[in-house]
Amino acid sequence: MLNTERKPITGKRVQLMATCLCDAFYDDVAAATVQVLEYLGVEVVFPEGQTCCGQPAFNGGDWTASRKVVRHTVKTFAGEEPVVVPSGSCAAMMFHGTVLEFENEADLGEVEALGRRTWELGDFLVNGLGVKTWPGRFEATVAFHRSCHSRGTNSSSAASTLLGSVAGLKIVEFGEGEQCCGFGGTFSVSFPNISASMGALKLDHIRAVKPDVLVSGDMSCMMHLGGLAKEEGKPIKTRHLAQVLRDALKNGKLI
Amino acid sequence: MRFQQIDQFAAELKADTRAAVYDGSKKGHEKRTKLLFDEYADPDRLRRIAGEVKQHVVENLDTYLPQVEAKLKANGVIVHWAATAEAANQAVLGIMRARGATKMVKAKTMVSEETELAHFLEKHGMEALETDLGEFIVQIDGDHPSHIVKPIIHKNRREIATSFEENGLGAYNDDPQTITRRARHFLRHKYLEADVGLTGANFVSAESGRLVLVTNEGNSRFCLAATKCHIAMVGIEKIVPRDYDLALFLNLLARSGTAQELTVYTEYISGPKSPTQPDGPEEMHVIFVDNGRTEVLASDCRDILRCIRCGACLNVCPVYRQASGHAYRSVYPGPVGAVLSPLMMGDKFPQKADLPKASSLCGACHEVCPVNIPIPDLLLRLRNRAKEENVPSPGTPPMGAWALLASQPTAWRASLFGGKIINYLPTKLLPIPALRAWEAKRSLPAWRGGEFRKWLKTRKGRANVSPPAPSRAEAKKAD
Repeated sequence: MLNTERKPITGKRVQLMATCLCDAFYDDVAAATVQVLEYLGVEVVFPEGQTCCGQPAFNGGDWTASRKVVRHTVKTFAGEEPVVVPSGSCAAMMFHGTVLEFENEADLGEVEALGRRTWELGDFLVNGLGVKTWPGRFEATVAFHRSCHSRGTNSSSAASTLLGSVAGLKIVEFGEGEQCCGFGGTFSVSFPNISASMGALKLDHIRAVKPDVLVSGDMSCMMHLGGLAKEEGKPIKTRHLAQVLRDALKNGKLI
Repeated sequence: MRFQQIDQFAAELKADTRAAVYDGSKKGHEKRTKLLFDEYADPDRLRRIAGEVKQHVVENLDTYLPQVEAKLKANGVIVHWAATAEAANQAVLGIMRARGATKMVKAKTMVSEETELAHFLEKHGMEALETDLGEFIVQIDGDHPSHIVKPIIHKNRREIATSFEENGLGAYNDDPQTITRRARHFLRHKYLEADVGLTGANFVSAESGRLVLVTNEGNSRFCLAATKCHIAMVGIEKIVPRDYDLALFLNLLARSGTAQELTVYTEYISGPKSPTQPDGPEEMHVIFVDNGRTEVLASDCRDILRCIRCGACLNVCPVYRQASGHAYRSVYPGPVGAVLSPLMMGDKFPQKADLPKASSLCGACHEVCPVNIPIPDLLLRLRNRAKEENVPSPGTPPMGAWALLASQPTAWRASLFGGKIINYLPTKLLPIPALRAWEAKRSLPAWRGGEFRKWLKTRKGRANVSPPAPSRAEAKKAD
């Protein structure tokens, strides 16, 4: 079982781990994360030296390369503040994956300590800050994709709590929700056929319930599903949880 | 080869086969979930307890194996130890020859699949007939099982009807009841003719020496009804400490494997026929098979030895559903097979080092495992082992350059800027195989490297988000 135990939140300052995907492709997701946190009066600090959580090499089996990056991340996110990351996948890497690959390393303790204060965004809002309802308005039918790294964590239920409370927003369930979208990091490029078939199946289920927008807490799943849909010539609208929450605030003229 | 073997296999799989595997596994998974969650308030708790019991056994095999041997002997059972598949098969052959036996009826046992017992015995002039319907069909087809619990999940009834016709079991008829009746008619005679009945064991109680067998067809009972000699081939990890533990394990096994509250037949076998019993085998042998298990025990993946062979992880696995069991080139396919099969190769690990890569690491297997095996963690450990042993892995991007960039902030920021090239150049021209593999199936979003950092610094009224001291120092050092 994943160890999702966290230090309780004290103070109103967090460090933002923007993720390499947002750094490279999805700047608006990172910006929305900042805006959502600041709306709640949280001071967001962005450690500029940050790069990546180390997961690509960890999943690829190159733990030596991964540990090099994790050690950099541990130094970059020094301090005591909670680290908030708009990705269940990067969060799980920090509190679970790193522990596995540092099992026999002398600096396991430091790595574990960072994991114990790293939160996926939705989990942080609901279980860290105690936010149970979200203000503003978002007129849309939303399909929420439960990304796989939220298994065994509180992230999916947190996202559902928040989305479900937004005025105008209607969540629709779709078939085989527990199944993976097929991204899987390096799996997506070393098993492109299986990866794409898994994605096509997920898209079929999603399209069947005709949502206005597909929402997830992980841009990696969205990048894969959105990219597949576009390649098929039938694009779908994808948004990150943070973008929906930020847009709800904007629509309600709260920011 | 450009991509992984399993991916290639999946791409070339017949649509019929994929549909059969997909439908069969999906149905199995959905029924299991409903049954477990309808009946138990907290099935996860049961899985955790069962996992702890089996882990305890795995870590104390050195105590339990002598204990179970003593119990079995006291019960009148002859105990054999086989370090390898070959030794296990030789032990069976030796027992048959000593009795002048030539015919065996076999119940379904995965360990005999490992040792390819039926082929071995046939080569030595013995008849070894599979009596589980699925295994029987696989045998007459010269095929291999593709699932631990449902050996013919990859076949549809039309294919089965055709092979029955080809094997002289009646004219073509794809009605499942007719197929079953014909198999039953053929097998009934064989049970009566056989000298030896071979079974596996789903569990062996260390406390009582009882072997526990579960089936739905009752074929293992028939295997032991008319034969005078019972041989059980058992993996050394099959032990549970007490008879009491069976309540937990039998409930979980049936629900996880076949979505039943209990299998139709559950047999408890304490030894050969006692003088007061009218019939049954008068001689009973248990062959404990290692075949690589002690090596697994010595590894950091020993948790996999908890496995009770229910197949729930196969049913839920999206990769298994797309690729089918045969893609794994192993007796054990799916997530459990992707861990167990390479480990059981011993020194030949590299030959199956690609199996642990065949996973998106979605974790569904861990979520359904009745003994709570952290399969994704074990897959990851094996990926790392393959890397450390320098096993080539087609399609896996090399990580050295990335690790260098991602541990030097200045270089990272430069590459965020430099990445913009993908917005202007056709990716065909870029010498990055991973990028091309991505684009073969999916569009790539526009590169917006560094835009977030720019926004953070230039937005109105909030330009004061500053890097914390340690990371600034780090950045400077790297500069």
